[in-house]
Amino acid sequence: MFARGLKPLSIASVVLIVGAFALVFFYAPNDADQGFVQKIFYLHVPLAIVALFGFVAGGVYGIRYLRTDDRSHDLRSYVAIHISLILAVAALVTGSIWARAAWGQWWVWDEPTLVSFLIVFLLYACYQPLRFSIEDPERQARTAAVFAIVAGAFVPLNFMAVRLAESLVHPRVLSATGGSMPGEMRLTFLVALTGMAVLFVTLWKYELTSKEASMQLRALKRALADEDDAWVPTRRSAAPQQI
Amino acid sequence: MGPDQAQRGAAADLMPALPLDDAGPYVAAAYLVFLALILVYVAIMAAKLARIGRELGEVTEIVRRRAAERRERDGEEEAVHR
Repeated sequence: MFARGLKPLSIASVVLIVGAFALVFFYAPNDADQGFVQKIFYLHVPLAIVALFGFVAGGVYGIRYLRTDDRSHDLRSYVAIHISLILAVAALVTGSIWARAAWGQWWVWDEPTLVSFLIVFLLYACYQPLRFSIEDPERQARTAAVFAIVAGAFVPLNFMAVRLAESLVHPRVLSATGGSMPGEMRLTFLVALTGMAVLFVTLWKYELTSKEASMQLRALKRALADEDDAWVPTRRSAAPQQI
Repeated sequence: MGPDQAQRGAAADLMPALPLDDAGPYVAAAYLVFLALILVYVAIMAAKLARIGRELGEVTEIVRRRAAERRERDGEEEAVHR
């Protein structure tokens, strides 16, 4: 069900990510202000953007689950949020390294972009424990969907609030009017962003396929156990157990 | 000095460009963190896949054993009927 198109997606991810990194180091010019350290931008910003879109996608699948009661949407939402959390960790760590190199500090608490991203990350860090705390699968899926929708709506609101805040420390390089990036930098950034988005979709499909295989295997074991009149205990998990 | 230049100057004061020798390790560290996270994720997925493969092997073995038992039982019943 989920494995369709996985092979071309995997190839596209590798080609785009390798291509983006090649452009970063061999094509994009060094930044006039920051010099070589600005190369972190091509990794850090796509990671953050794709993670935020992944969180919103988790909310969208949460809505679809509540509307259709189709458990596969709950699984899609869970996996999207799970992978977004991993990308968010990478965005936080790479951002911290960049901050250390550019500002001389690992973290700046009065910088709205950083703190708001941390708040979004911490909010979503509650998602897995929330799921794990609910044993009934139906209730778990419903509560997780509501959480994903509310938190997903918070992401763009948070983004707009940060955009409205004036900050000199975290410059705006992307805007509706085109931002302030020269052509080579813009192209490199767009390739890196596309590569990260395709990587996200690939990992999402990988995990969905793995979870589906795991569920089918569990169902098979249960069917065999029923023939034996034996009881197979189901392990408590934050992940959806059936679709 | 125009407002843009003033802003650029202020930004440059806050973010002085590091020389390549100093900036290199930071850039390498950032890209290595990303690579390490992806590799850890792939390793976890590989471990899960290996577990699924092992469990699938166990299930296949159970099904085979049951089929053999069923064939044996059918054979015995046929012998009794004769």
